[in-house]
Parts: sequence; C-alpha cells; structure tokens
Amino acid sequence: MPPESITVAGSFGTPPLAERAPRQRALASNHVTGWLLALPLTLVLLAFLVLPILMIVVVSFWTATEFSIVPAFSFENYEFLLGSDVTWRVLLNTVKYAAVTWAITLVLGFTVAYFLAFHVRSQTWQTTLFLLCTIPFWTSNIIRMISWIPFLGREGIANSALLSWGVVDQPLDWLLFSDFSVILAFVHLYTLFMVVPIFNTMMRIDRSLLEAANDAGASGFQTLWNVVLPLTRPGIMIGTIFVVTLVMGDFITVRFMSGSQSANVGRLIQNDIGLLQYPSASATSVMLLVVTLMVIGVLLRLVNIRKEL
Amino acid sequence: MTKMRYSRRSLLKTGAAALAASALPAPMIWAQEIKDITLRQFGTGVSNLNEVAQKVKEDLGFTLEMTALDSDAVTQRAATQPDSFDIADIEYWICKKVWPTGNLQAMDTSRIANYDKIVGIFRDGKLTPESTIAQGTAPHTVGFTSGPGGTDFVAEESGWMTLIPTIYNADTLGIRPDLIGRPIESWAELLNPEFKGKASILDISSIGIMDAAMVCEAMGEIQYGDKGNMTTDEIDRTMAIMTEAKRAGQFRSFWKTFDESVNLMASGEVVIQSMWSPAITAVKSRGIPCVYQPLKEGYRSWGGGIGLSSSLSGMELDAAYDYINWYLSGWVGGFLMRQGYYSAVPETSKAFMSENEWGYWFEGKPAVEPVTNPFGDVLAQAGEARDGGSFYDRMGQVACWNAVMDENQYMVRKWNEFIAA
Repeated sequence: MPPESITVAGSFGTPPLAERAPRQRALASNHVTGWLLALPLTLVLLAFLVLPILMIVVVSFWTATEFSIVPAFSFENYEFLLGSDVTWRVLLNTVKYAAVTWAITLVLGFTVAYFLAFHVRSQTWQTTLFLLCTIPFWTSNIIRMISWIPFLGREGIANSALLSWGVVDQPLDWLLFSDFSVILAFVHLYTLFMVVPIFNTMMRIDRSLLEAANDAGASGFQTLWNVVLPLTRPGIMIGTIFVVTLVMGDFITVRFMSGSQSANVGRLIQNDIGLLQYPSASATSVMLLVVTLMVIGVLLRLVNIRKEL
Repeated sequence: MTKMRYSRRSLLKTGAAALAASALPAPMIWAQEIKDITLRQFGTGVSNLNEVAQKVKEDLGFTLEMTALDSDAVTQRAATQPDSFDIADIEYWICKKVWPTGNLQAMDTSRIANYDKIVGIFRDGKLTPESTIAQGTAPHTVGFTSGPGGTDFVAEESGWMTLIPTIYNADTLGIRPDLIGRPIESWAELLNPEFKGKASILDISSIGIMDAAMVCEAMGEIQYGDKGNMTTDEIDRTMAIMTEAKRAGQFRSFWKTFDESVNLMASGEVVIQSMWSPAITAVKSRGIPCVYQPLKEGYRSWGGGIGLSSSLSGMELDAAYDYINWYLSGWVGGFLMRQGYYSAVPETSKAFMSENEWGYWFEGKPAVEPVTNPFGDVLAQAGEARDGGSFYDRMGQVACWNAVMDENQYMVRKWNEFIAA
C-alpha cells in the first residue's frame, strides 16, 4: 500500500463538476452537494488567503510616513522598488538560491526516494527508514538551522577537525556567513519536501513495467532514465513547487546563515516591516508573489499534475 | 545584599522618600487593591529584566509584565499599538519618532521625587556647566513637552517630561585584544582592511548610521555638518563607503540583537565591532578577553527612559508614578550600574553599591577586590580599572547621540539597500 498523498490532495482536489442539473432537481443533485462540500474551504481561503492578498495589493499603493501609513493611490513604492538596482540584484540572488537549492535537493531527494522505493524490499524497513527521514522534523527548523552556526564557525567543529587533520592550515571563512552556508541550510531543511512526493509517486509505479524493461534488454541506467524518471515526473514537480516556493519566500534562513551579508526578497520585506514601511513591504511582496506565480505557472505547463496523479 | 533590602517602610525613613511621600497621594486606601494592578512594560532587552519585575512585586506590590523586543519592534509597537502597553521603556531617538503620535502622555515633574537629582544631560543637556552638547538626538532636546496633552518638544525644562530617564551609556567599539595584538585608537579601524572578514556593525538603522558616520569621519572621508541630522548627500556618501566595504568582504556578519553580538565576539568570528557595554561584560564573564576600547574621536551615546501610555489613568497611573519614583530611588540604578550602564540619578544608586563597585564603575578607580555583576559573574579582578575611566571621563567624551534625522525616511531606505547590497 503506497502512502496517501495527503499534502497534495488538499490543494488540487477540487470536487468534480457534474453536468448541469435541471433546476427542479437542484437540491438533490450532486452538483449542489459538491458546491456545499466545497463551501467551507472556499470561505476559509477567501477569508484567510484572498482577502489578505487583496489587502496587500491595496496597501502597496499607499504611502507611508515614519509611523503611519496613508491611504493613497501612488506608484511611489513601485517606482523606488523597480528603479533600484539593489532590487534586481536581490531578486537575482533569490532566484539563484532557489535554483541551486532545487538542483541539489532534487538529486538528493530522487536518490533517497529511489533507494527507499526500489532497493528496500521489506515494507517494514521501508516504513522505518521513511520515518527515520522525518526525525529531524521533530525539532523546530530554526533550531536545526542555527545549530549549523557553531559547527561551521571559524573556531567551530568543522574547522578544528580540518585543521587537526592537516587538510587546511587556515580556518575556512567561507563555511559560515556565506552563500555556501545559506544553501547548506536550505538543503538540510527542505530535502524531505522532495523525498516525500517522489517516493510517493515511485511507489505507484507498476513493478511489471520495470520487469518488462529488463526483459527487453534495458540496462539499469536505461530503465532509470526512460521508465522511472518519466513516471516520477509528477512527484518531482510537486517537490519542486514545495522547494521553490519555500526558498523564494524564506527570510530567516538567509538572515541567520549569511549573517545578514546576503539578501533575498524576503529579507527586503522583513527590513521594510521592521522599519514600519508597510506600503513598501507590500509592493515588494506583490513583486515576489508575481515572480513566484510565474515560476509555478511555467512548472505547471511542463507537467499536468492533475492528470498524472 | 540583605542590608540593601528596600521596602515601602524603609523608604519612608529616608530623606529622599519624604519628598516622594509628600508628592504622591497617600497610598493607604489602595494598599490592598494595588496587588491586583498589572502594568505592562515593553522595551529593549537592556533594561527589561525579570529581576526588576520581581523587585517591583516585593517593594511596590503590583505586577509588572515585561516584554523585550528589538529597537525596531519597540518603535513599531509604541507608534502603532498604544493600547498594548502601559509603560514604554524606549530610547530617546525612538521618543522623537513616537511622541508626535500622541501615544504617550506627558509626566508631571513635580510628582518625581528625585527630579532635581537627575543628571544634567537629561535636563539642560550639560553634564557639567562647561560641557558642550554633542551632535545627534541629545536627550534633553526631546525630553520636555509644552504641557499635558502636548505632542511637541520644548527646549527648556517645562515641568512636563516625555520620558523619565532611566539608563544610558557611552558606546564605542568592542575589540578582542588577544586577536588584534596592537593598540586600537580610532573608529576608522572598523574599515581597516587588516580586519577584512572580521568586522561587524549593528543592523539597526538609527544606531548603525551613527557608527558608520563616526567611522567615515574618522577616516577623513566625510566632514559632517551634524552627524545626527545628515543631508541626503551625506547619507549617500556614507552608505557608499559602507557598501563598498561590504562588497569587499570587510564584514563577517551584521548583528541585530545583544546575544548575537556576544556570540560573534566570543566565538572569534569577529575581532572588532560596534558593541554595547554589557555585551562586553558578557564576553568577559566567559573568560574571553574583550575591551570596550575608548577611541580618540569620542563615544556614541544613547539614553533610555520610561514613557507612560496615554491610555493610563486613575489608580494605574498612580502606580506608574510610584514605579518611576521607585526606579529612580536607587535599587534599579545600582542593579544597572553593576552591569556597566549609568543611572539617571547616580547618587541614589551609591547606597546600593559597595564602595569597591562604586569606585570601579562610576569613579573609574582600580578595583580593590574582584567586581561581580548582579548575577554573580566576576567581571574584573582586583587592580583592573574600567575601560575609558570614570563617569565624567566617559560621558564627557560623547561625540554624538543616537539620532533620528529629518531625512530619516531616506536614510532608512538607503540603509535597507546597504543591508541588501
């Protein structure tokens, strides 16, 4: 029995639309029941997702003084935002973090999932090892992230070990407060989000297909490349969406692991909020939302997740 | 410590308290009810100490709830959520931002027993009659308002205070003498390429910009008209120098909270950085050498005070005045001074410090026996003297105060760009 794809069902599983029922049978029809079933979720999403986003869009056109925000219709925030080269650099940095983290978590996640799904034969072991993967999630992700700092520091465990082994004669500065440490933390935090959906789809692959490939004379790599990989695409895509959105929206990991030396869009927003510049923070949020939606849009063009699930 | 125990009863015996008693309405009637009063105080970590809340409960009977936030969050809350607090423990530059919102109420100095003993810095701006007033948001410039309900600032001692001063200090750079190995004398050293990848500055715009200005001026790159109130051009040039240094890898990290600065220094990630006095003592108490280096250009100073929410009235307001009078009556002052801060009424704190402690912290004398902080950590051995010397040596060398400028909006945006650069 493959585990249920719990996380995904919620966001994509809108109730099927039955064909339009005649008015007189309306109450009894599946159509109305469907709408009623969808109603609670719709209301929750409207109240806690759509309305706040609309509010953010509205506020992004307001202006701010030092301690108050003033309703207005002004493009000032966007002008400042889009007119500053820092914004573009930061946006590029955000995309860079997302791309590198995505590539590493994909390779790691795919390998781990492949091992779990195809190499571990006993179902007990499969479940045990899978649960083992989730153990780090029992503590807060901020703690998991911060615990890297004493490890990677100039006088940290990693550097003292390297020094005593004679690998280096100067402590390595780039281990901490650098892009390296930021990406390391991202990979550590988010690989599981890649493992779970890929593992899930792999478990649904009909084993007879692998046997057929084998019978037809395909090598192990050919099977992997031509059979397993295409069939795991939906899982990869879901994992990708998780990782990309999490990394693009992050601010705390970048703040701590780079020692505030690097910035992504989330940090811009956080700084603005700290300095009471809500309209400017809103404008930046809108920009981030648009960029993230564009990325997701492209991803969804590549794979029709609803069809393939 | 037992002889320093402080209660309402003992307070009535002292001369200072006689003033308090005459200035305050007799608290007899609500002696019972006061137990039910809870005042919500919030502020930066420096003075929001649980020990103070415990002592308030013991001495005054009511409950004080403390919330510690960083400076930006404090400003935000004081400016936007006036009903979420009763007492705001804020810095003077924050007061300049928050006071015009009308969220705080003016305080009647005639109800402050020790008002006459408050040091000159917070009254006419002069430490001693000969002192010159430093640049920046000097506390006395935002310390008084025209009267009850006023949202303006007045230059003279009007009898209505915006904040009651509680705590202040002179800040400079902290260094690790063991890792630097040579004398440091100027703010310019922060951007010295010798310390590439080993320097840090704090990421709180209003304070960081002042440190940056001290550095740029010391380097001889910029001559400021008034560091506390820069022109947009001065801001641009300052941030350009800092950004260039940042891109060249001068900074190891920026810090935003007290604990971060302690960890950076103690772990050796950073050997020179902007720092706060108790952070130095926190590093030292771990047995790591750390010096609060006096520099020839002088100190960047800051001051904090207590403001009352405008929604505070009746019995709660009386309790708040009680709290303020208690705050200035010595115990808290001693508690803070033994961590390296200064009290607004130093002479009342003297009674709560040993002669050795007073000599070390206030008079700049070498300690005659080991000096400990209120938590029992040894901070100095016999024979050591405080970095920078006595109160008058240190506070007399202030070059500028933490400030909020006319071009603050612009500065904040430029600072944000610097952090993101």
